[in-house]
Amino acid sequence: MELDLNTVWFVIVLALLAGYAILDGFDLGVGAWHLFARKDEDRRVLLNSIGPVWDGNQVWLVTGGGALFAAFPEVYATVFSGFYLAFMVVLFALIFRAVSIKFRSKETWPAWRSFWDTAFCISSIVASIIFGVALGNIIRGIPLDDRFEYLGTFFDLLNPFSVLVGITTLALFMMHGALFLVLKTDGDLQQQARNWSRYGIIFFISSYTLTVISAFLFLPHIASRYMENPPALIFPGITFVLAFCVPYIFHRGKSGAAFVASCATILSTLLFFAVSMFPNIVNSSLDPLNSLNIYNSASTKKTLGTMLTIAIIGMPLALAYTVYVYRVFRGKIKLDSISY
Amino acid sequence: MDLILLSRIQFAVTVMFHYIFPPLSIGLGLILVLMEGMYLRTGNPLYLQMVKYWLRIFGLTFVLGVASGIVMEFEFGTNWATYSRFVGDVFGSPLAAEGIFAFFIESTFLAILLFGWNKVGPKTHFFSTLMVCLGAHFSAVWIVVAGSWMQTPAGYEIVSTGLRTRAVITDFWAMVFNPSSMVRLSHTLIGAWQAGAFLVISVSAYYLLKKRHTEFAKSSMTIGLFVGIISSVLSLGTGHLSAMKVSQYQPAKLAAMEGHYNENGPGDMHIFGWVDNTNERVVGSIVLPGLLSFLVSGDPAKPLPGLKAFAPEDRPPVQAVFQSFHLMVVIGLGLIALSSLATLLWCRGKLYENRFILQLLLPSFIAPQLANQAGWLTTEIGRQPWIVYGLLRTKDAVSISVPASHVLLSLILFSVIYFGLFILFVYVLMKMIKQGPLAEDLVFRSDAQSE
Repeated sequence: MELDLNTVWFVIVLALLAGYAILDGFDLGVGAWHLFARKDEDRRVLLNSIGPVWDGNQVWLVTGGGALFAAFPEVYATVFSGFYLAFMVVLFALIFRAVSIKFRSKETWPAWRSFWDTAFCISSIVASIIFGVALGNIIRGIPLDDRFEYLGTFFDLLNPFSVLVGITTLALFMMHGALFLVLKTDGDLQQQARNWSRYGIIFFISSYTLTVISAFLFLPHIASRYMENPPALIFPGITFVLAFCVPYIFHRGKSGAAFVASCATILSTLLFFAVSMFPNIVNSSLDPLNSLNIYNSASTKKTLGTMLTIAIIGMPLALAYTVYVYRVFRGKIKLDSISY
Repeated sequence: MDLILLSRIQFAVTVMFHYIFPPLSIGLGLILVLMEGMYLRTGNPLYLQMVKYWLRIFGLTFVLGVASGIVMEFEFGTNWATYSRFVGDVFGSPLAAEGIFAFFIESTFLAILLFGWNKVGPKTHFFSTLMVCLGAHFSAVWIVVAGSWMQTPAGYEIVSTGLRTRAVITDFWAMVFNPSSMVRLSHTLIGAWQAGAFLVISVSAYYLLKKRHTEFAKSSMTIGLFVGIISSVLSLGTGHLSAMKVSQYQPAKLAAMEGHYNENGPGDMHIFGWVDNTNERVVGSIVLPGLLSFLVSGDPAKPLPGLKAFAPEDRPPVQAVFQSFHLMVVIGLGLIALSSLATLLWCRGKLYENRFILQLLLPSFIAPQLANQAGWLTTEIGRQPWIVYGLLRTKDAVSISVPASHVLLSLILFSVIYFGLFILFVYVLMKMIKQGPLAEDLVFRSDAQSE
């Protein structure tokens, strides 16, 4: 396997999506738990735990989408138009997530706060599931013609495997979000977050195990990939190890390390799927010749090269100030007059 | 239920709603930098109060810009997939650059702006304000570069491989500095400064008329007016330069802007008018003969290509382009007049007591909003029938795998949801304005515990 620009960009797009999942993953996870917090003050703490960072985290999605457009425009066009209604639902969910954070505490009347609490929670759950459903379909394969146009319907996207991946994604983000909250809260709320972490861990490990088994049993191209390359089994292997590390570390009281393990689990899960697919990006279930791979869907080498320069300059900068801002806002949440 | 029409309408609805907010982020961002800079220099807590007040409004407009902005990035793929396949090599790069450079900067440092008062010192906070302002401006750079490439494509070649024909970059910098990008960028940014400035002016006028928060209002008005007059005047200059590029590269658009049908005669300008497209003329207008030719070339008799020189299928919708262009110019000139008058009075120390002028300034925030939208309508409808000028027609660019009924559904949802969000935005904004600047905004650290 040579290290060419197309491969490099496959890795970069993957890294951007992994970055998004690791960062906005806990934002969405916190949102999913939101309605489980009963007291107004607790809900405010939840909002303020992600308040300063959720917007920057979401930029990873915007940048990932932009990078996909620039590097693999055929994938961008095929997937975004093919999954039209699903992407519209995601957009509305992200819109509601954003504005509910901003609007929620602007009034004191219970009906207002209830409405935005529900919007925040439901939109976080919906976005998480749809991201997973999209990923599931890409892994499973979708009907594409020789012009890479999607030939299926919206309901074709809701096949069992993809819905399972959607549920697994929700579980992963809920586990991740709860572990994040353990780090950011104290007192009774932290105890609640610990309980949520336990449920989240169980939820994730069970649904993830089901997903991997389903992939090997029902997706012949996945099974054959690993049959032909047994050493590649290290990827799903590592993911399981990490997934079990999370509860192991957590129950030893090391919440910070557990959160890091959760981040690593997300990265590893995506790596597993990437390795299962590479060099294909979107499989056509009709005809392998119609599959989108890193070569037939890509921009020219010239453009990939220019984009690489942009990425090499820009991403380290972005990482640097992201780390800086996270450090500024480290520690437990204390509500004050500028909080949500 | 026509897929193309529905897709056009949806793009118009989503982008016009979006465009209420980024200009405010850019304009208010600049003004926040000025205000916080004054605070650092003078130590006067009034400036800090202004920063904290306008920051509340900034945060509100910013989140709506973000929420509606993600839609735009996705919409190229969801509704215009054929376009995306054709231009991905060229258009995708500035979009990705927008994310990598601009969005990360503004969204990350916004955290410190809004929430960092108790965590960082004044200099660091000011640096963050500067970064957010820079990020907002930088995002305009990349999207206008991309949009300008659609108007005046450069630095590319058309390549056909198998079933696919597409545009690919041959020269990245030629693509970035295509013939119209720099004039359009300056004109766009200046329009954004006006949007921010006149919002500040309007709110300040409100407080002055109500005789509330007078010190605060006077100081805000001064800064708002400063940015307002400069940007209004510069808008005219950059507008002229943009029109020059249009005359050079998009003659059909220029002809539509002024209803110039005459195949090859001198171009007139109309103060207003109604386009009679069937009979290929403008009626009910006050004509300024030869003015268009004069502005373009210095010679009022110089013949300009008219709409009749173009096949009907190559002409943009004339009425829409004519009216939006004229609306933008009338508002632009009006803002120059209004801000000049206000500045004159300010210099004489007579502005704050002049109720008549203050009442004119009160609704002025609407003017740049209308002018910005009218300007975009002019340039984007004027670009028709092309989505990439001369290379790809809009009707050939839609996503062919999306059923029209799906687009109808999403269009209805966007319209309803955006309408609701707009009402909420206005409601929360009005509340912030009625609440006014707070006493606690006079101190840097916010120590008060709240409920």
